[in-house]
Amino acid sequence: MAVAPERPRIYEGTRIPSPTPSVLEVREDLQTSEDVLTINFGPNHPSTHGVLRLVVDLHGEEVVGLAAVIGYLHTGFEKNMEQKSWWKAITYAPRIDYLSFQNNELVFVLAVEKLLEIEVPARATWMRMLLAELNRIHSHLVWLGTAALELGAISMFWYCFRERDRILDLFELVAGSRMHTRYFQVGGLAEDVPAGFWDECAKFVEVMPKAVDDYEGLVDRNEIWLERTQGIGLLSADDAIALGQSGPVLRGSGVDWDLRRAEPYLAYDQVDFQVPVYQEGDVYARYRVRMEEMRESVKIVEQAMRRMPGGPWIADDRKVVLPPREELHTSMESLIHHFKIVTEGFRVPEGEVYVTSESPRGELGCYVVSDGGSKPWRVKFRAPSFVALEATATCMRQALVADMIAIVGSLDTVMGEVDR
Amino acid sequence: MEVHEAHGETTIVVDTPRLEDAALHLRDERGFNFLSDVAATDYLGWGAKGVSGYIGTPRGRDLNEPATQGHQRLPRQKPHRFSVSYHLLGMRAGAPRVRLQAWVEDGEHVPSLVGVWPTADWHEREAFDLMGIRFDGHPNQRRILMDDDWEGHPLRKDYPIGGEPVRFSGEE
Repeated sequence: MAVAPERPRIYEGTRIPSPTPSVLEVREDLQTSEDVLTINFGPNHPSTHGVLRLVVDLHGEEVVGLAAVIGYLHTGFEKNMEQKSWWKAITYAPRIDYLSFQNNELVFVLAVEKLLEIEVPARATWMRMLLAELNRIHSHLVWLGTAALELGAISMFWYCFRERDRILDLFELVAGSRMHTRYFQVGGLAEDVPAGFWDECAKFVEVMPKAVDDYEGLVDRNEIWLERTQGIGLLSADDAIALGQSGPVLRGSGVDWDLRRAEPYLAYDQVDFQVPVYQEGDVYARYRVRMEEMRESVKIVEQAMRRMPGGPWIADDRKVVLPPREELHTSMESLIHHFKIVTEGFRVPEGEVYVTSESPRGELGCYVVSDGGSKPWRVKFRAPSFVALEATATCMRQALVADMIAIVGSLDTVMGEVDR
Repeated sequence: MEVHEAHGETTIVVDTPRLEDAALHLRDERGFNFLSDVAATDYLGWGAKGVSGYIGTPRGRDLNEPATQGHQRLPRQKPHRFSVSYHLLGMRAGAPRVRLQAWVEDGEHVPSLVGVWPTADWHEREAFDLMGIRFDGHPNQRRILMDDDWEGHPLRKDYPIGGEPVRFSGEE
């Protein structure tokens, strides 16, 4: 539960640049040198995972100065959500992060439910957990495929996307769409789980651990992979905490911290899983953490499938939840409720809450303010990718240009989430 | 200093001059070593007529009109226009969380907490960019998400949706 008492010594002291923690300034003895070349990486560079721009000062091959520039994908999600009813705003949440859409959807729905103080049935809670874990595997697969591709391991990409497609098929089966499912509803799920889902999910649970074996077989002891990932992009435990790092980046730096266990939400306190922690604080450690997390997620999916409770999948609260479809033909009351919820939306009591969850990228927070009306007054997402990019200046010390690609990849940023 | 409890969350409201002291106390004495998020909120028009989501009467939207459906009461008034909330986490058993909150009017400054938690760097830049709150002592107080020459602060309530100029519209 607690942080490991013995903090790993990855390097002495702190490496966070001062005074600006996110900008690595060129050393004084090099500033007058004519050998320093300033170049732009991005915003249109295939290995920046979207539209990240890095302004890099190079001394030969060495990175001596660095500043990350973001905002190229700012779409105003938070402003837009203020204009939509609570019901419609859910649709925006998954689109913020197109790889861990269900985790984003989940954290917003949990925040609204906290304000409403509505009780969610057990079946919905367990199903949310199952899908959130499938989504974690999905996100890690895309990360692994693309990060390995950047380092030249092209075949990895095809293997990862093979399994990813199976997960998307499962999402399609359960929600009707492959991405941005909007399957979580305030109060529970949008629909019950279709009958055919369990067989397909069981097949996936059987296949996935073997697939992870395959991936490890491809790169785990591959000389080139080790050369390019070990000892690179160092981040110590203290620096990681000071820079607000979370998720696999934090656990790769030796901090034993996972919100699923430290601050259990959904039914995470009722399932068995390990939290992988690596002490090295390098790119390889982050890679290892994600590989093991995929295995652990499969275990959680398997337990959730086996122990999935029956019963209702959405709360019985007619002020918030849509009435069952069939009632609309026979009950005037239900028709009125349906009409009111769809047109003006349900109201959420006045208040402010901050809800966090462990998304594939780390601590995903959602701050929601309600004035008591049917639209959010303010929605703010704490995006783990946004925070991860603050660590670039610290991780890039003494890196070479080629390492830079590996380091940015290892932070696993999704630019949609960074810029929101 | 005021302390509120709501929805199982603790909010500590401090005056802006004492914000840094409060932050240092929470970090060093109370073990809140992790700054999770900085969220600025604009309360312009809070609880006033025409607030989003209230149902109108035939004479227009009026919260104080008894016939207005839904709300039993007005939302509680806020002390100033903007709130800046620092969401802190103690990385230890029980994962305690606390919200440190400061209130400012338009144009008032907030002391920067980059020296306390380095991760505040980008969060404060975002609050400046989108809400127009200035942080004293921030080493790099520039816009982060919008362009450097952008006018206005998009997440303010008086910034209209669709407020961006349309490029190449023939009217330039």
